[in-house]
Amino acid sequence: MAEKSFDVVILGGGPGGYVAAIRAAQLGLKTAVVEREHLGGICLNWGCIPTKALLRVSEIRHTLDRLDEFGLSCGEISFDISKIVKRSRQISGQLSKGVEFLLKKHKVTVIMGDGRLAGGGKVAVSKDGKEIAQLSATHIIVATGARARELPGLVADGDLVWTYKEAMVPKAMPKSLLVVGSGAIGMEFASFYSDLGAGVTVVEVLPRVLPVEDEEISAFAEKQFKKQGMTIFTGATVQSLKKKGVNAVSATIQTADGKVKQLDFERAILAVGIVGNVENIGLEESGVQVDRGHIKTGPYMETDASGIYAIGDVTGAPWLAHKAMHEGVLCVEKIAGVEGVHPLNASNVPGCTYCRPQIASVGLSEAAALEKGHEVRVGRFPFMGNGKAIALGETEGMVKTVFDAKTGELLGAHMIGAEVTELIQGYTIAKTMECTEADLMQTIFPHPTLSEMMHESVLDAYDRVLHI
Amino acid sequence: MPINVLMPALSPTMTEGNVASWMKKEGDKISAGDLLCEIETDKATMEIEAIDDGVLGKIVTPDGTENVPVNAVIGIILEEGEDAAVLDGIEIPAVAAAPVETAAPAQAAPVAPVAPAAQVIVAQAAPASQAPPVAHAAQAARPEGRIFASPLARRMATQSGLDLAAIAGSGPKGRIVKADIEAVLSGAAPSAPAPTTMPAAPLAAIGPYEDIPTSKMRKVIAQRLQEAKQTVPHFYLTIECEIDGLLKVRKELNGRSDAYKLSVNDFVIRASALALRKVPECNASWIDGGLRQYSGVDISVAVAIDDGLVTPILRNADHKGLSALSEEMKELAARARAKPMGLMPEEYQGGTFSISNLGMLGIKEFAAIINPPQSMILAVGAGEQRPVVKDGALAIATMMSCTLSVDHRVVDGAAGARFLGAFKGFIEDPLTMLL
Repeated sequence: MAEKSFDVVILGGGPGGYVAAIRAAQLGLKTAVVEREHLGGICLNWGCIPTKALLRVSEIRHTLDRLDEFGLSCGEISFDISKIVKRSRQISGQLSKGVEFLLKKHKVTVIMGDGRLAGGGKVAVSKDGKEIAQLSATHIIVATGARARELPGLVADGDLVWTYKEAMVPKAMPKSLLVVGSGAIGMEFASFYSDLGAGVTVVEVLPRVLPVEDEEISAFAEKQFKKQGMTIFTGATVQSLKKKGVNAVSATIQTADGKVKQLDFERAILAVGIVGNVENIGLEESGVQVDRGHIKTGPYMETDASGIYAIGDVTGAPWLAHKAMHEGVLCVEKIAGVEGVHPLNASNVPGCTYCRPQIASVGLSEAAALEKGHEVRVGRFPFMGNGKAIALGETEGMVKTVFDAKTGELLGAHMIGAEVTELIQGYTIAKTMECTEADLMQTIFPHPTLSEMMHESVLDAYDRVLHI
Repeated sequence: MPINVLMPALSPTMTEGNVASWMKKEGDKISAGDLLCEIETDKATMEIEAIDDGVLGKIVTPDGTENVPVNAVIGIILEEGEDAAVLDGIEIPAVAAAPVETAAPAQAAPVAPVAPAAQVIVAQAAPASQAPPVAHAAQAARPEGRIFASPLARRMATQSGLDLAAIAGSGPKGRIVKADIEAVLSGAAPSAPAPTTMPAAPLAAIGPYEDIPTSKMRKVIAQRLQEAKQTVPHFYLTIECEIDGLLKVRKELNGRSDAYKLSVNDFVIRASALALRKVPECNASWIDGGLRQYSGVDISVAVAIDDGLVTPILRNADHKGLSALSEEMKELAARARAKPMGLMPEEYQGGTFSISNLGMLGIKEFAAIINPPQSMILAVGAGEQRPVVKDGALAIATMMSCTLSVDHRVVDGAAGARFLGAFKGFIEDPLTMLL
């Protein structure tokens, strides 16, 4: 059993871990990644990427339903769920291979196995319970990610009650589906299954769907989901899920008015949040502080134990791959002594949900801005007023911007509608550069594009909107 | 091609200099080795020599131009046969104006990255290895020209009446961002008020006056000592030393040879050096939020000169005997008082401890300001006969009061007291200095 020494050893080869490894290698650090399952982590293999592959299919399916509107027609539309899943898996496989190649190219050592902090700057790697390597490292970065949370009475069995993992590889299309939780993961699956014809019911414990988004966006989204045929219960809880025969689950749902309903579904998906993978990796013994399932870190991702850092989902919300990547880079740059490293600014982390309609946002919601004591100016612009949106046949949506009335700081931007996930970066750059409304107004947006709505929303906040 | 004459970096810490005077006029022929101009730096005046032949085509910074950043173009030499007309096409980067005018940042043009090979050498040369610390200078003192600030930071500064030039940026490449403005507004970060924002009324109320042009040295003294008092937490320890024994030893030693003439100050230097060796934790600085202890004992001794003071350094003073220290001190002081001042920057920059002695001017006791990044300065008063109590009876002794100013970040009271105790031991029993 070889002991090898490295400048940096990273536990976990997900988006946080592998990006940190590449950056470390670029900075001349001898780097190793320990990965227990597959490079690319949940994101590439069981998260962001394969779901986008699935949602592309449901989006096309939805467009096909509207062919007549575009003057097109075709025969009967059908689909083969096994082919859809196969394509999604292939894309994941291709990208995971890509990560393997990137790490190899940067001469990062990859060790497949379960990594564990062994104290004194050591990482023990085991496979099937047998120790296969002992690594020593000056710096250890924990990037072990997170997994789906389970609630009392709500436990996934992988058969009828799914987590994201089973939901991604259905063998057949369920006729009815219960989605517990209306965050990004829940709503993306709800859209996918709904657009492919399943009857979808969403239960959210909080008073509105997509509860981290701006209230107006949540309300707009809920209306759209209902219009598409989904049943939505907000302020409701699923008290229990009981297996009923081989193809049905019986759910006891308490609705907002206190009534208890008993409803049957073919399948249920649990999407009630995420907990960090903090177990069995030697955190307690190493003196790394864990708080409510997540590792506590400082501004440069340092933990309470010297020489040990943590990045990404294992450090808590927001559970986003791009946040993990950014943390990985800043953590490694700090380790390498790069000058001018800045801590992550949480209010500049964009969030995207790829349900239909898409939702994207960055910064404070209007309510959060008011709560923080800002006097605000709010701008709104509907997709209905945008030429490109009408030409595309995508007229449902809006762009909302929230400014500090005194300084003109862009506090937040909230978008719902077609392709908004591709647009939000414009506002993210503006926020990162600390643009004011004046800079956004002076920017020339190309015509005709959906991005013009971003301009119009800013103009609207200052009573200068042109196309309403 | 015309050759740019740049403001040279005459010491590692130099960020800007004044053009004292040009020895050549525009149109004068120049041969390699000719003196071109005099540059006034922190404390010295240096002559700049040409290393190329040609004609002085243009003087960019005329006599008396102040605060010219290192590497800025100060003049242009035309090569032989080159027509002066080529000068018309040359854009000369903006040169630092007087400090008051820099308060209007928007006016200044960006500094073009001219980097021709250095074509001047310094007559009283600093070693060639001292490359101009361009990057360092850029951080230490914001270069003239554009101030990098986010649009939001600019607007917030305008709304709050803050001068961006006085705010340190924490964003990418020193860009001033919202957080920096908020830090200033909340009082967490300092912001020097712009000169123009000084209240006019109190100044006007004080009768007729004359504004005296200040030398670079006066400005450096003003800036460094203000910074010292504002940023270094001083405390003071005073001790009385009986020097009758020392005076006796001194008289005896001086009577033995005409090769040296020891002063009381020479004894003070030696006693300080030995005491620092004995209490090494006092031979230290607070640097970048941490302690740095020096292995060598380099003692700066304040020497008053006509328009200010300099602190020539006795390097490794703990390894030098009294006569060697005495001789070196005399030589350094003589060069310090010469006109122009004859010390090289490295002879007065650095040092780990300072001594200021006003005893010869009849001052009984005083407290000095620390010379950062040093952590201690000893203020030495006059030796004078005073009534003292010895063995329960009144007696007369020659006493000398010494006050130590201490940077509390580096040295605590007890350590400072240990240093003074060791110092007093050497002074009162001077034979131990020979050990």
